[in-house]
Amino acid sequence: MTRIGIVAELGRETRVAATPATVVQLLGLGYEVVVEKGAGESASFRDDAYEAAGALIVGADEAWGSDVVLRINPPTEEEIGRLADGATLIGSLSPALRPELVEALAARPITALALDAVPRISRAQSMDVLSSMANIAGYRAVIEAAHEFGRFFTGQVTAAGKVPPAKVLVAGAGVAGLAAIGAASSLGAIVRATDPRPEVADQVKSIGGTYLKVEVDEEMKSADGYAKATSEAYNARAAEIYSEQARDVDIIITTALIPGRPAPKLLTAEDVAGMKSGSVIVDMAAGQGGNVEGSVAGERVVTENGVVILGYTDLPARLPAQASQLYGTNMLNLLKLLTKDKDGQLRIDFDDVVQRSVTVVRNGEKTWPPPPVQVSAAPAARTQSPAAESTAPKKKEGLSAAGKAGLFAAGIAALFVVSAVAPAPLPQHFTVLMLSVVVGFYVIGKVHHALHTPLMSVTNAISGIIVVGALLQVTSENPVMQVLAAVAVLLASINIFGGFAVTRRMLAMFSRGDKARS
Amino acid sequence: MSDSVSGPLTADSIAGAAYIVAALLFILSLAGLSKHEKARAGVIYGIAGMVIALAATVWLTLQGAWGTGHGLTGLVLLLAAVLVGGAIGLWRARVVEMTGMPELIALLHSFVGLAAVLVGWNGHLEAPALSPDLMAVHHAEVFIGVFIGAVTFTGSIVAFLKLSARMKSSPLMLPGKNAINLGALAGFIALTVWYVNDSQLWLLIVVTILALGLGWHLVASIGGGDMPVVVSMLNSYSGWAAAAAGFLLNNDLLIITGALVGSSGAYLSYIMCKAMNRSFISVIAGGFGIAAPAAADADYGEHREITAQATADMLTNASSVVITPGYGMAVAQAQYPVAELAHQLRERGVNVRFGIHPVAGRLPGHMNVLLAEAKVPYDIVLEMDEINDDLDGTSVVLVIGANDTVNPAAAEDPSSPIAGMPVLRVWEADNVVVFKRSMAAGYAGVQNPLFFRDNSQMLFGDAKQRVEDILRAF
Repeated sequence: MTRIGIVAELGRETRVAATPATVVQLLGLGYEVVVEKGAGESASFRDDAYEAAGALIVGADEAWGSDVVLRINPPTEEEIGRLADGATLIGSLSPALRPELVEALAARPITALALDAVPRISRAQSMDVLSSMANIAGYRAVIEAAHEFGRFFTGQVTAAGKVPPAKVLVAGAGVAGLAAIGAASSLGAIVRATDPRPEVADQVKSIGGTYLKVEVDEEMKSADGYAKATSEAYNARAAEIYSEQARDVDIIITTALIPGRPAPKLLTAEDVAGMKSGSVIVDMAAGQGGNVEGSVAGERVVTENGVVILGYTDLPARLPAQASQLYGTNMLNLLKLLTKDKDGQLRIDFDDVVQRSVTVVRNGEKTWPPPPVQVSAAPAARTQSPAAESTAPKKKEGLSAAGKAGLFAAGIAALFVVSAVAPAPLPQHFTVLMLSVVVGFYVIGKVHHALHTPLMSVTNAISGIIVVGALLQVTSENPVMQVLAAVAVLLASINIFGGFAVTRRMLAMFSRGDKARS
Repeated sequence: MSDSVSGPLTADSIAGAAYIVAALLFILSLAGLSKHEKARAGVIYGIAGMVIALAATVWLTLQGAWGTGHGLTGLVLLLAAVLVGGAIGLWRARVVEMTGMPELIALLHSFVGLAAVLVGWNGHLEAPALSPDLMAVHHAEVFIGVFIGAVTFTGSIVAFLKLSARMKSSPLMLPGKNAINLGALAGFIALTVWYVNDSQLWLLIVVTILALGLGWHLVASIGGGDMPVVVSMLNSYSGWAAAAAGFLLNNDLLIITGALVGSSGAYLSYIMCKAMNRSFISVIAGGFGIAAPAAADADYGEHREITAQATADMLTNASSVVITPGYGMAVAQAQYPVAELAHQLRERGVNVRFGIHPVAGRLPGHMNVLLAEAKVPYDIVLEMDEINDDLDGTSVVLVIGANDTVNPAAAEDPSSPIAGMPVLRVWEADNVVVFKRSMAAGYAGVQNPLFFRDNSQMLFGDAKQRVEDILRAF
């Protein structure tokens, strides 16, 4: 049986790659699970919780010696050496940024999968660890800012004076940015957001932010779903907006990242100098070079004019229990994909773009970088709901108005002719029929939709009125007719009695809320 | 006996008056169904009307035939037939499962059809003495009555067999099926003309067989998912069959009642067709699904599974829950646990409502009856139009055994075969949990992008067991 090992993280990392909840599901995939002693301690998942979930608590060496090792952070040289031959390592390996790590992994006869390399296609969203961590980071960035900020977020009018609401600028409305906008606006702040992709305006608005559009005649959208480096004119206008906003707002949260490149500089030292004392900047891109001049990765910096710049790179790890749960679920979803038969056998299928993309090293052979994956995300202009909804129902048009009028006139004329030429009793019968049909349509149109089934059974019962016809014939002198009529009476009687009885039974069941409770 | 009635009061005039009263009572009966509160009174009106009509007819019959030998035989036959028929009817009505309602109703339609055929045949055998003009009319009436009756009969039988899964529910695809249907109609018209000119018994036999075959083919080529339309259409036919018998027998009560039932069925069919955004003709002709879905192999992404436990947690934390049941709930007999789930959530202060699509189930209003059986209060069971605007802002939607009626492709993908069909917009809710046995496509054979949305999760398995699992998890 294949054994999965959950190993402890190093240094200040507080997360863990699997929680007791995901362990249960890993066992369900047919794997055996071992957890290094104390691996979940800093995320508040105690060893006994893992044991209760069905995992085995083991020492570090045994956990590292498992067939499949789950990790959050990339392993060190020494840790790579602890992996067994033929083992599979899964974690956030950042292969694009760390070629030396890829080489080190490829030096061993192992397989390494980078969870942070899943392509951005909708099928792979459930494994997209970048998104799930960015979501947490965005939220935490607001909380960190609120902690540093010496004021309320929400505006108040109190007996002791009026408190203005905080103004927050979020740069970049990706997953992290949207999470930050949502968190800040639910704390009561006025939130503005910038992003080079105009189609995010609706998303920003939907969670309570105001989208600041950079008015340049260009639309930016890259094939792989990330924002890409933008043009000169655009940059000039964007820089102006940032300078204007910096003077106005109290808190700035920057989330701009471009994959495989250093983070774009959005705020200059001048912009920061223009901010009010006590303002807070959270540079979420500090680990990739920073969006803000003067931010230091992993540090809290206070500028001369009293602006606090937070360059924390461990934001997700500051919500360890939640982050571990989401990370663990992403990990679980990848393992589900790799374990199609739920038989505890891990198989990598290179025909599947997701599996191909995450594989950095296969059996000691370097497979990085993978071929590019084209995502057909949303079309550049979002032509979704309203337009589509209004055009679609018109598809089945039927007859034109003139055609309908023609048919109607023809019907009336036919009725007139038939009634005019028909001999004596027929026109009367037509009169009765016409009036009954009209009455019928009006009466039935008012029937409550929930009572359509009782309606059908009651009309069923009364269509048993055909029994009248049979009754008139049953006393005929012709014995054949008598028998036929008797059979008709029998059938119609089933209808009448059955129809009414079943209707009564159904109607007795319908009850209003207050009665049903008693 | 007839001499005991004197003056202007003749047996016929009394019967005629009774028929008018009965017809009025029938109209009141249907009108009563407009509200739940008045519905039971409506049934009483219906029964009263039927009693009056029958009493008047029996009396009228006996008036003419009292004392004669065949009159006595007729009376005995009549009593025996009513007693046996009534007993069978009451027995079936008591034992039928609410999930088996569509089958019962389809079967009852077939009885009306067959009775109409028999009455028509008797009309041929009786051959009253009439002027040549009226004779022709009489023959035409016989023919039309038999034709409609026979189509109703076999059509209902096939619908019954399909609904009770004794016959494959997939549509029968004969080559040139439209030509067959039209040919049968043309044949019927030709035979009618012939019969009017020369009323031979064999012509009547031929037209009966032709109509039986047409009824069979008509319904056999319609798929199981369209049964709500078919059942209400047959309801309509059974009404027209009764009306035709009324023309034949010069009986206004039959005409009025037949027209009421006929228009009722037609109206229901119209509602159903509108709910599916399809023309009545295309349903009748069984043309659905012929146009191959254009984007069948599109990459919809990966669906996510959820456990019963996690669903229970989600529900307890929800402020509002909407349950949208479909035919799958009826199949799994899950209405009782679903009702219990709704009840428990309401006890916890969660706002629970049901959203019913007009074509959910196999009969108009089928879901409502099932939920009523399980004692779900009817004021929380809402129609699609009533609930659709509230779905945006609902915390959790539970989709239980429904598929095409919640398919976003209908609203968003103009190339989809079900494009333009009004659907419950469940995807606008915060979370959607879909109860389903597998990832198979729904009746329409259209993949449902709902399952792959970010906010939807799948709970696989038998709907009844899964709901019970959730109840245990509370």
